[in-house]
Amino acid sequence: MSVGVLAAMRLILRRELTLSFRRPDQLLQPLVFFLIVTTLFPLSLSPELTLLREMAPGVLWVAALLAALLSMDGLFRGDADDGTLEQLALSGQALSAIVIAKTIAHWLVTGAALVIMSPLVATALGMPVAAFAPMMLSLALGTLTLSWLGAIGAGLTVGLRRGNVLLSLIVLPLAMPLLIFGANATDRAIAGSSPAGALYFLAALCVLTSTLAPLAATAALRISLE
Amino acid sequence: MTTLDSDLLVDAVHVWRGERHVLKGVGFTVSGGELLHVRGANGTGKTTLLRVVCGLLRPEQGNVAWRGQSIASVRAEYQLALAYASHEPALKSELTALENLRFSVGLKRRVTDAELRGHLERTGVGACAGLPARVLSAGQRRRVAMARVLAVQATLWLLDEPFTNLDAAGSRLVSELLVEHVGAGGLAVVVAHQDLDLERRVRCLDLAA
Repeated sequence: MSVGVLAAMRLILRRELTLSFRRPDQLLQPLVFFLIVTTLFPLSLSPELTLLREMAPGVLWVAALLAALLSMDGLFRGDADDGTLEQLALSGQALSAIVIAKTIAHWLVTGAALVIMSPLVATALGMPVAAFAPMMLSLALGTLTLSWLGAIGAGLTVGLRRGNVLLSLIVLPLAMPLLIFGANATDRAIAGSSPAGALYFLAALCVLTSTLAPLAATAALRISLE
Repeated sequence: MTTLDSDLLVDAVHVWRGERHVLKGVGFTVSGGELLHVRGANGTGKTTLLRVVCGLLRPEQGNVAWRGQSIASVRAEYQLALAYASHEPALKSELTALENLRFSVGLKRRVTDAELRGHLERTGVGACAGLPARVLSAGQRRRVAMARVLAVQATLWLLDEPFTNLDAAGSRLVSELLVEHVGAGGLAVVVAHQDLDLERRVRCLDLAA
């Protein structure tokens, strides 16, 4: 009996999550990086609350961007190295469904984990509690968009030996709008004004990448598999 | 172009890798109950040929057809009909042998753990079902990969050096499985640099440098 697309995606999601939890070091690496980078700023500048509040959005977003970038290279590389990617590509399932499931799993263990941890960092940076919800929403939308962009980059660079530098060069320019709108939403939330405008933009970017990135990433991956 | 009496048709395939002309017009047919042994020295494109046949690599010229239709047009159906064992065992080292099979075979067909255990028993690694692939020896990993080939119940077996790392008993087992599969009407394309010692007539294809 053949396996439907949704069942296949569920299976891949389970596979990816199982793999992530068997390698806790790789799971924790971006999170620890995120924590360390954000705590470096108050140490190196000044622990003054007004200054911290002013920089908090920028610090938070740059750190999140770099932390997400750190984990992107592994999205397809592990599977490509041990030959399981070929098996996935020959599984009779659409490669795009596999890419979507893998990217969602990637976001759950990096992006979503970052979002959950962000209030901790925000507290350390002196952010008012009222700004937490919009900040977390902006991070959730932003990191999901980043995961999609990362899937394209990882698909393109998986065949290269030292792909992660190139991956950063591909993804970082594309991530600029995220940084701008994400930091702006957080900034507005801290200042007490409505972050809706910037959040709408982030949501639009997220929808755009969620629909188009799987196609691009699948095409990129297919080329890399040859 | 269509040959109705052969299931798999590879027609004048040319592949360049960069400047190198690796496959120069390779062609063959395989029908049910036939085994094709692809021979050739290192670097003659045996693995490349197998990747072309399974559809991972698109040839610059030529065509691969499955039951009269180009494999690109019947991709999903063709993939369900084939089992590809690359020269790497393609196992995740963090997952157990059983989990590895569950996640890869599970994409092709619904399968129970009991059935997968049965296939692992058959290839002699039943006791390793619960061990992470990381701790298995190269030969045991090869046997797990062979269990996957059995478990997907494919018509067409594409095996890349299936005897590598196997002990004498393991090689015998793979030979037995091949004879069984082909005897039951299956097709097999086997890339191996040594001679196949099978109780069955084997067609050979020699790739020249």
